[in-house]
Amino acid sequence: MAISREQIEKVSLLGRLLLSEEELDKMTGQLGRILGYVDLLAEVDTEQVEPMAHALDVSDVFRDDEVRPSLDREQALASAPNRDDECYLVPAVLGEL
Amino acid sequence: MSLIDQTATELLAALSSGRLSSVEVTGAFLDQIESHDSKVRAFLRVDAEAALARAEQIDRHRKNGKPLGRLGGLPVAVKDLLCTAGEPTTCASRILEDFRSPYDATVIARLKAADAVLIGRTNMDEFAMGGSCESSAFGPTHNPWDLGRIPGGSSGGAAACVAAGMAPLSVGTDTGGSIRCPAALCGVTGMKPTYGRVSRYGLVAFASSLDQIGPIARTAEDAALLLEVLAGHDPLDSTSIDLPVPRYSETIGQPLEGLRIGLVPEHFGEGLDAEVEAAVREAVRVYRSLGAAVSEVSMPHSKYAVATYYIIAPCEASSNLARYDGVHYGYRTDQIQMMAELEAQRKELQQAGDDAALEELDNALIRMYRRSRAEGFGPEVKRRIMLGTYALSAGYYEAYYKKALKVRRLIRQDFDRAFDGVDLILGPVCPTPAYKIGEKVDDPLSMYLFDLYTVSTNLAGIGGISIPCGISSDGLPIGLHLQAPTFEEERLLRGAHMFQKATDWHLSSSFAHISTVFEAVARRFCWSVQRAGLAVDPLGPTRGALSPPS
Repeated sequence: MAISREQIEKVSLLGRLLLSEEELDKMTGQLGRILGYVDLLAEVDTEQVEPMAHALDVSDVFRDDEVRPSLDREQALASAPNRDDECYLVPAVLGEL
Repeated sequence: MSLIDQTATELLAALSSGRLSSVEVTGAFLDQIESHDSKVRAFLRVDAEAALARAEQIDRHRKNGKPLGRLGGLPVAVKDLLCTAGEPTTCASRILEDFRSPYDATVIARLKAADAVLIGRTNMDEFAMGGSCESSAFGPTHNPWDLGRIPGGSSGGAAACVAAGMAPLSVGTDTGGSIRCPAALCGVTGMKPTYGRVSRYGLVAFASSLDQIGPIARTAEDAALLLEVLAGHDPLDSTSIDLPVPRYSETIGQPLEGLRIGLVPEHFGEGLDAEVEAAVREAVRVYRSLGAAVSEVSMPHSKYAVATYYIIAPCEASSNLARYDGVHYGYRTDQIQMMAELEAQRKELQQAGDDAALEELDNALIRMYRRSRAEGFGPEVKRRIMLGTYALSAGYYEAYYKKALKVRRLIRQDFDRAFDGVDLILGPVCPTPAYKIGEKVDDPLSMYLFDLYTVSTNLAGIGGISIPCGISSDGLPIGLHLQAPTFEEERLLRGAHMFQKATDWHLSSSFAHISTVFEAVARRFCWSVQRAGLAVDPLGPTRGALSPPS
């Protein structure tokens, strides 16, 4: 399945990446070739096959629902690029821009 | 025999009997790092002072008769994607250059409790994405056998440091061959345990249904020792399995009686280097001479493994790496510059009266995410995020992701059927010996195809081990791949040990080779936290200290 430059640009927004013109060109070619290769799977008959998301049949692992200590605020904020005493700081989402 | 030429098992015996101190052992490996790692670049950080202080503390405890952990003073190198409290964990990425983990990964806690001396953090492909160690944001690791060649990846530093005598034991991770491939290309022993055998808590995730932590060492015996420490159930990882951990190091000496070996004809086809094939076939002959019965087992879906893997792994990666948003931790773009750029774009569109484009222009938060990630991630990581995002997007999910999950089951069923008739599957680890640095950089697909023998182990969730089985005419190591059903690590280790008792490929070392290539070994270790060309301040920020090699 070929992929267009326009699709690559759209996917870059979904993947929260900002690609340069050069990167968009390169990525279009490279992803196209990779997708061309993985099209190989189309020839496999999987009509009666259940998808396998995990190697082990483990599901619903529960623990007791009790309060336990976790990272305190200072630890959680310690590696933040921009913060105040209590919160992560981000560019304004509402209002202008 | 010099100290660094000894196996971990030999060193541990010497430590336990008091013939050697941990300070002596640790010092010898630090010497080797100091004198050679400016060329190999296996390590991203080495804190010699902290390692020696820890070694001294362990020596003191031993002297005072305090019971010690399983690794009692042995140095262990750790791949730089296992979180260690208070220390940088970079994943060889710019985006985590300044990140310090607030907690210990379970395996780090286990190593500390076992009285290992954590000697340094090893280089890797960025976020473990790659098979050559070239995608590290801090420059590639070089293969100690030939510095112009790749060490394999993604645990390239982890394998290279063992090959070069810079650590007796090393911890890596394997998502599609990332332990076994570098082990093969560097001539050391490396194992990917069954999915769920080792806790992934604190392992920075790449593809959560495939990632597994495992040991790298010079011998299977040493790998058994390390796996004993790493393995075990962990309530903090709900996919870790609650099964007792066998004492691998106690049973490893028992040969596998009546061993049935399977060869996959599909693994000896096109693309396999003739010397690699010859070495693997010779290894099969060795097993035969040890009493093993050899038969062919068909894996009809093995030719789909790479395609399946390169859908599933990028899909999981694109989801896992969404957490690098420039908000919680890690790199954020320069906000003033970003706002100025956005404002200029907006004005331009307003003047042009392009309302549609104006409508679609990123808001400041989205632009901050996009720029931070664009500047923080390298090309291979971006490629996989794009691939995964595309394959998971509306309209393509069924055709790619769901299809790949179905083929994944067929691959697993191939293994289940094969293991009905054989105990171990043998084959090559990589199609060729180590290739030259730069050779495949612009051709991601050919790099992906290099993983064709290893990815199906991860897709099936079973265990595999790579052991040295030959040297090419260019003087490069060749690896033999053993695969076993789930939770048969003991079988893998005993099978590998049998071979290592009968051959000495695992003992051919690259050190002799190194000393002819490198300047004379500095015999005296200068007691500082400096290593060649890299000033290490364990408490300071890592930025700057991790500049790429000139």
